Amino acid sequence: MPDNKDQDHWLVRENTIRQLWRWSTAILAILVLLDLVIEHHPHFWIDGTIGFNAWFGFLSCVVLVLFAKLLGVALKRPDTYYDD
Amino acid sequence: MIDPIFPPGLVLIAAGLLLAVAKGSVRTTILLLAPLIALWAVWQVPDGVAMKASFMGLDLAPVKGDKLSRLFGTIFSIMAFAGALFALNQPRTLELGAAFVYAGSAIGVSMAGDLVTAFAFWEVMAVASTIVVWSGGPNARGAGLRYAAIHMFGGVVLMAGIAGEFATTGSVAFVHMDVSTVSRCLILAGFLINAGAVPISAWLPDAYPEASWSGTVFLSAFTTKTAVYVLLRGFPGTELLVWIGLGMVFYGIIYAILENDMRRILAYSIINQVGFMVTGIGIGTEMALNGAAAHAFAHIIYKALLLMSAGSVLYMTNKRKCTDLGGLFRTMPLTTICGIIGALAISAFPLTSGFISKSMIAQGAADQHMSLVWFLLAAASAGVFLHAGIKFPWFVFFQKDSGMRPADPPWNMRWAMIFCSFLCIGLGVFPGLLYALLPYPVDYVPYTPSHVVAMLQLLLFSGLAFFLMLDLLKRTMTVTLDVDWLWRRLGRKVVVGLNDSAGRAWARLTAGIDSVARWLNGRLHRHHGPEGVFGRWWPTGTMAFWTTVMLGAVLILSYA
Repeated sequence: MPDNKDQDHWLVRENTIRQLWRWSTAILAILVLLDLVIEHHPHFWIDGTIGFNAWFGFLSCVVLVLFAKLLGVALKRPDTYYDD
Repeated sequence: MIDPIFPPGLVLIAAGLLLAVAKGSVRTTILLLAPLIALWAVWQVPDGVAMKASFMGLDLAPVKGDKLSRLFGTIFSIMAFAGALFALNQPRTLELGAAFVYAGSAIGVSMAGDLVTAFAFWEVMAVASTIVVWSGGPNARGAGLRYAAIHMFGGVVLMAGIAGEFATTGSVAFVHMDVSTVSRCLILAGFLINAGAVPISAWLPDAYPEASWSGTVFLSAFTTKTAVYVLLRGFPGTELLVWIGLGMVFYGIIYAILENDMRRILAYSIINQVGFMVTGIGIGTEMALNGAAAHAFAHIIYKALLLMSAGSVLYMTNKRKCTDLGGLFRTMPLTTICGIIGALAISAFPLTSGFISKSMIAQGAADQHMSLVWFLLAAASAGVFLHAGIKFPWFVFFQKDSGMRPADPPWNMRWAMIFCSFLCIGLGVFPGLLYALLPYPVDYVPYTPSHVVAMLQLLLFSGLAFFLMLDLLKRTMTVTLDVDWLWRRLGRKVVVGLNDSAGRAWARLTAGIDSVARWLNGRLHRHHGPEGVFGRWWPTGTMAFWTTVMLGAVLILSYA
């Protein structure tokens, strides 16, 4: 990240990053709370429950990344593998 | 309206041939004008068969129009324009000429009323796109050859299917087919190979990223989306496609997560996105088919935009690996913003084109009560944001400071990105523009509070997952083995091994023959050689003795 903490671009300053996390957390919380006031039309049952898309999206990503890591153990090779 | 109609694809094919000799401002004019003429020609084609021909006893319909054909003809023309603008400063004559022939053939397929015409354009596409890959330079030679081999194989499968179809039905009309005969299965297989369907997907991430900074932009648009078109035309509602599509969706995500090359990440995500379309085609309702067609249209633009921003980075820095990149947002603000717009569109963020198209496919699954498919599509949408929506911009433009300070690319490349960004957002804000072009009447409202909040939750919490798992996602200098290992490694080992063992067997055989010959020679030598019984000089006395013995024997026998 920032090389010379205060000279670098404002976007990579530690203060900005801290602010970004703070705001993002607030937005995420608001999004889940919106489920309380918005009328959902669930196609099935569970997708109408509060915060469903939040935990489902989060969990999907965790599962995908962990599965990819696992597969990577077996299938990853140095990127010079085919060079000869 | 002009009469007689000519195949609109020929506009770009002719322009491509002209590009081989054109220079300077003539070249620029052809590059920017020909796609617009092609677009005009596409819209001159009326509904129904617009041109008939007879060839070797086959009734052909080289030009046939309907909404689906025009939709794809339109987006292929727009894409040719955007790609040409981006590639205006590409000095390689051959690449742009081939790219235009390639785009023209894609339009040719989308306007073809019969399978034979479609096949002819299909094969021209294969040849022209191979040339585009090869234009990437010496490193692209091997990948281009593998690309050509796969597409020639796919062409043979398709041709066999079409021949069988003619033999069984006596017609080559390009209509809806069920997979009831072997020949139709072959046609389907030929189509799927070009779609990058699992398990033969590896050719795409193998070849596309080896093309030049502009070549990959063209390649991303035509081959797979022409395959989506022919599947939409020929095999809507084939249930197998739902599962093949979902396989592609997750294959693309998993491999993109593991990938380090920025353009290969995007290549894997082409397969992922085409997977959504193939799933929609498999679901087969009007809603899902509209969704698949709309998604193809939207995808061509945002994927081109993503590859343009990656191409700009490659053009300016000559680097392609995430491990070498990072921090470019400081000096490439426009490329960064356009790349992010493309990334938001592919992730189906509200107010982008992906949002209004992809949701129709999921809606199609929900309408049919396909709960498993719906949940898998939702999980995949989260995965798209993870592997393309955040991963690509983060590792290329942010991440760490690579120390490089490249400027934004030349004006034409900037304007091409602005043009595509404008379309991505324009279609997202005014979905009616795209919905009016879709094959079936659209009864769908994408912007409901419920849908917008649901999608934002899904995507932003995926983003949270990305940043929380950043350590697990750190790029490594690796490639991930794929099915192409079978022919790039195993196949080669088998051939080299066969060569070795054949050599060894030959050596053993000749050695064997040699030793038998030596043994025979030895035996002969023993009896007939200078020291051998039969080879000795026999003294005359011995001969006289034996003659006497013989004579004696004769005498005794005659008197006995």
